[in-house]
Amino acid sequence: MNDMITVYLFGKKYTVPSNLTIMGAMEYAGYQLVRGCGCRCGFCGACATIYRIKGDRELKTCLACQTQVRENMYVATLPFFPLVKEVYDINEVPVNEQVMMELYPEIYKCIGCAACTKSCPQGLDTMQYIAYAQRGELEKCAEESFDCVMCGICSSRCPAGISHPQVGLLARRITGKYLAPEARHLTNRVREVEAGDFTELIEAIMAKPLEELKNLYNTREIEK
Amino acid sequence: MFTAKMMDSVKKVEATRKERMETEPRRMTAEEKEKLLKAYHPDYKEEEFVILKAGPNKGEKVPRELGVLLQARSRIKDTDVDLSSPDYDTDVLIIGGGGAGCAAAIEASRAGAEVLIVTKLRLGDANTMMAEGGIQAADKENDSPQIHYLDALGGGHFANRPQLLKKLVMEAPGALKWLNELGVMFDKDKDGNMITTHGGGTSRKRMHAAADYTGAEIMRVLRDEVLNLPISLADYTSAIELILDEEGRAAGAVLMNMETGELLTARAKTVILATGGAGRLHYQGFPTSNHYGATADGLVLAYRAGAKLLYQDTLQYHPTGVAFPEQIYGALVTEKVRSLGAMLVNAGGEAFMHPLETRDVSAASIIRECANGKGVVTPLGKGIWLDTPMIDLIHGKGTLEKRLPGMLRMYLKYEIDMRKTPILIYPTLHYQNGGIEIGADCQSTIENLFVAGEAVGGIHGRNRLMGNSLLDIIVFGRNAGTCAARRVKDIHTGKLTLAHIREMEEECQRAGIVTDKISPLLLPKYARTAGQL
Repeated sequence: MNDMITVYLFGKKYTVPSNLTIMGAMEYAGYQLVRGCGCRCGFCGACATIYRIKGDRELKTCLACQTQVRENMYVATLPFFPLVKEVYDINEVPVNEQVMMELYPEIYKCIGCAACTKSCPQGLDTMQYIAYAQRGELEKCAEESFDCVMCGICSSRCPAGISHPQVGLLARRITGKYLAPEARHLTNRVREVEAGDFTELIEAIMAKPLEELKNLYNTREIEK
Repeated sequence: MFTAKMMDSVKKVEATRKERMETEPRRMTAEEKEKLLKAYHPDYKEEEFVILKAGPNKGEKVPRELGVLLQARSRIKDTDVDLSSPDYDTDVLIIGGGGAGCAAAIEASRAGAEVLIVTKLRLGDANTMMAEGGIQAADKENDSPQIHYLDALGGGHFANRPQLLKKLVMEAPGALKWLNELGVMFDKDKDGNMITTHGGGTSRKRMHAAADYTGAEIMRVLRDEVLNLPISLADYTSAIELILDEEGRAAGAVLMNMETGELLTARAKTVILATGGAGRLHYQGFPTSNHYGATADGLVLAYRAGAKLLYQDTLQYHPTGVAFPEQIYGALVTEKVRSLGAMLVNAGGEAFMHPLETRDVSAASIIRECANGKGVVTPLGKGIWLDTPMIDLIHGKGTLEKRLPGMLRMYLKYEIDMRKTPILIYPTLHYQNGGIEIGADCQSTIENLFVAGEAVGGIHGRNRLMGNSLLDIIVFGRNAGTCAARRVKDIHTGKLTLAHIREMEEECQRAGIVTDKISPLLLPKYARTAGQL
């Protein structure tokens, strides 16, 4: 049997088992969630949450599905935050800092307070990846921001109004498309498939009787 | 943190590690696998299935929970909505905003069609976002589409629809190139070669990844691209019934605002169902690695409108769901952990199977160990060990952190460092192998109703290999978008009707089905106390 503890959901007091996540505690309390609930595994950023433990001056942030409740926890979820998402054509963007100046110029208003880094539930150095973006170091920005789940907590804490997740995403798409070296084996294989190099081979295997297919499968060579 | 009793078992795992690392466990023979599956795989528990009494698959077997929903009552009566002045009018209506829906939307829009996506939660809220391990494509020198075909066919117990499987493997390299050109950051070496590994049941290393955020990386790029294109979006809007025209062709859907309950209608020349899976139905009481919205809605909508299902009786239980700690019970531990060398080890420290058997075989094997007293007792059941410290021992220090950052982070929140101690796992409901029957053009047995993604049945036969789902949402998502857009030009939609709702209800009544259930479910009911609001 688990201990029961007190939590305050949007300021209202509830008594819940201490082994639950914040999301589990909300459902225990009777909330049928629509907003603020997504993958429930820490990958989708739907359940951004701000909390404070009674008596503690520090405001904390987390994902509700990945965080266990604590005694006297005051919880407010942030199911939506108005990030700026600029529309662009990935085939036409400049592949340097110009792209950031054009689409997300507010990153140059960063005052270096590090509230974004401090609030990231993924533990990313958000301010650092914004600095990379400012300098046009898009690959570094991409790498540093790679584990971003786009929950938007960083942006909610930013005095400069920066939409950090969108900046990171833009840098990653440019990196994936233009800056990472080409996978030549992939380019070649696509060309071979289009040229019909595998058409006969695939049709040959499709035409084989079931018993022969089973035998081929059970005796196939497996790469070490 | 593990309990003292668990730590005793960890010591046994550690004691055998050196010896285990020097010997590769034997792979099972075809006969051994068959025997194991029949004895321990949940698909073979006859009492967990029912026979459908009504609808296109009448007389066939389905999981109990799905049977209830397929033969439940509609949320509306056919006369409840006015079909004469639709709220939305579009060329292509896409139901579902996950990987398949977004891939379809991008291609349909590029082909010049007017596209509307409706999704019951946010755009990108889907199992795609949670696929961690990778995506298959035969793009290396020692590999080819026909080898990929044979791997998937054998893994699927030779039940895969050949034309669909051919499309999957032949278009796989093109799908990867398409993603790469949209800006997906695949793991590459400094020369640009894709870093690839094995998955369970693959005979070549063709698993491409983006760390253990592969699906998330694909999803956030696709979502961003949808938002860059002139595509209309209605989020927090579910489809609760399909609308047909008087000739029985798909022609739209009845929609519901998830927050206000308002009913709306959408008329469309073609409809693409990309509604995903069913993990949140918790078949046989299993926990699930699926998204909150995975409730088989598309299967219900299509079935009620008269579309045939295929292999609706076969589910995938991912061998490695989290067994401990309880806060993340059932969450996915990517198969990539085993691709990188971690072994499955029982409470006594014995590696009881080859870590890269197919998922159905691995899951059955783990269930057998636990049923035979060789599992570790946890607060919610039992589990066996996944020996994660092996990864850095094999590939060098820092590998786990670099290749599995998501897994490491998830466990560290509960003070478990998987670089140093093994982790406890047990099978979790992961994937719907079956779904709606389609042809190579993605069209179902209902004209103008296209289907893509996990809602499709037949691509993977009776068991899917790792990395073939992220692949199919792209291959068939794009295909559905292209085919649905192409069809638009020749269509003159007739008078709209919901008569099929009444007809299905009458058929159920004639079959003696008495039910107070309504479907589609839309969201699982997790609130402990049912409110009066």
